[in-house]
Amino acid sequence: MEKGKFSDKIWFIILLFLAVVFLAPIFIVLLNSFKTKFSISQTPFLLPSKENFAGLSNYITGINNTGFMSAFFWSVFITVFSVAAIVVFTSMTAWYIIRRNNKTTNAIYYLFLSSMIVPFQMVMFTMSKIANVLSLDNPYGIILIYLGFGAGLSVFMFAGFVKSVPIGIEEAATIDGCNAFMTFWQVVFPILKPTAITVAILNTMWIWNDYLLPYLVIGSDYKTIPIAVQYLKGGYGSVDMGAMMAMLVLSVVPVVIFYLTCQKYIIKGVAAGAVKG
Amino acid sequence: MYKGLNKWFGVFCLPTLVAFFIAFFIPLIMGFYLSFCDFTSVTDATFVGLANYIKAFTDNKEFLSSLYFTVRFAVLSVISINLIAFLLALILTKGIKGTNLFRTVFFMPNLIGGIVLGYIWQLIINGFLYPLGYSITSNPKYGFIGLIVLMNWQMIGYMMIIYIAGINNISTEISEAAKVDGAGPIRTLFNITIPQVMPSITICLFLTITNSFKLFDQNLALTAGAPGKKTQMIALDIYNTFYGRIGFEGVGQAKAVIFSVIVAFIALLQLYLTRRKEVLN
Repeated sequence: MEKGKFSDKIWFIILLFLAVVFLAPIFIVLLNSFKTKFSISQTPFLLPSKENFAGLSNYITGINNTGFMSAFFWSVFITVFSVAAIVVFTSMTAWYIIRRNNKTTNAIYYLFLSSMIVPFQMVMFTMSKIANVLSLDNPYGIILIYLGFGAGLSVFMFAGFVKSVPIGIEEAATIDGCNAFMTFWQVVFPILKPTAITVAILNTMWIWNDYLLPYLVIGSDYKTIPIAVQYLKGGYGSVDMGAMMAMLVLSVVPVVIFYLTCQKYIIKGVAAGAVKG
Repeated sequence: MYKGLNKWFGVFCLPTLVAFFIAFFIPLIMGFYLSFCDFTSVTDATFVGLANYIKAFTDNKEFLSSLYFTVRFAVLSVISINLIAFLLALILTKGIKGTNLFRTVFFMPNLIGGIVLGYIWQLIINGFLYPLGYSITSNPKYGFIGLIVLMNWQMIGYMMIIYIAGINNISTEISEAAKVDGAGPIRTLFNITIPQVMPSITICLFLTITNSFKLFDQNLALTAGAPGKKTQMIALDIYNTFYGRIGFEGVGQAKAVIFSVIVAFIALLQLYLTRRKEVLN
């Protein structure tokens, strides 16, 4: 018994050390966001001193140079509405595919699945041309693009869960006079809610951080946060390291807040998503 | 049942299908066709047969060298991520105090986007190299190591969560039976734990392999391929062929087709091999 406790203590110390290593990079970026830009590259591991303390000036330059506020707005806008569209439409599609269960719906299902494995580079050029021709190259049109790209994984996950929904409840609702639409939203969707949360979380993590798709589709007119960060590097001049550090901190803060508030759902969702995968 | 379900096709399936065709399926078919064409925008395509595929390999060595770089990167990162994540999962299912807090910390980097991750690690690695008079772009091996470290930092927590779920799923009866039979920790690991978490191993391998091959944002932000495109991964090479060289769009598309075939082949082969192990158990 004593021996077991001793080894637990050693594991605890090792884990503690690892946790510090895992958190250090974020902490170091935070430190450097308060230093003057020329002292960052040379001594990134030192605390800010009297000589190189920059206050909030990096944040002000960064926000002004990248248009961070508008980038933040568009990131939130695109993520929220794309995820909502994905959850609403792919859950309906998955339910229809499973309940109809004929050759056509099976073919559609496998078509969706095939999209999960194809790399984005395969379709990026033609997709951005089509988005351009159809005037989808704006923050509203991109929602449709995300629905199309998110369909594969989301339909797959919903379909896996619909199979376990007892059909008797749905039949009872139909006898009570519900049509298919009402049956789905009043009876089936409430049962699908845990999967809906998982789907929403996985898609939020993807769309919020996505760089190349929004860059190719709407990048020059509407920047999202990853585009704004990459924009700091753009051109030939040297990067303003101070502004860069401030932007990195501002990009990480919303993610950390989101994570700490929804942590339980995120970790459950990731594990559940993997089991279905 | 659901006699009238057919007439609901438009409501339930059409929106998703339309979006899927516009965003993915039509671009996929067009992309495949255009890989046999010469074009600068989609409308001026002329059929050239296999010329783009030949050019992808013969025009310069970048495609093959970036493929080689990607494979080396994928092998090392897949092994290291899965080993470390599995070990952490074993430790974090022992009931040590603070388990939840550690799990939270290890998973967090996964939520940070690739571009931001790239710049964070550029700062850290340069911080080690500047005092020695180097930077991350002075030697391709720094960029290579940097990418491996970054990828581990990002993915270990994710895979750890999946392995923890797998280990917690092992029925207590089996582990109790092993204890009664006097199996030591090593035998339990190889005869009970690993066979029982095979489904988790399948998923983790799939996710790490496909993510390693498709890596783009992190590569762009950390080194952008420097020095001299020597740390350029295959996705970035395709991007640069498309958008960096006028008149090479067809070659870029041909490279993308080859890339897709490679990723699909490796992913399906891995699924087949590890799924077979699951059935055996």
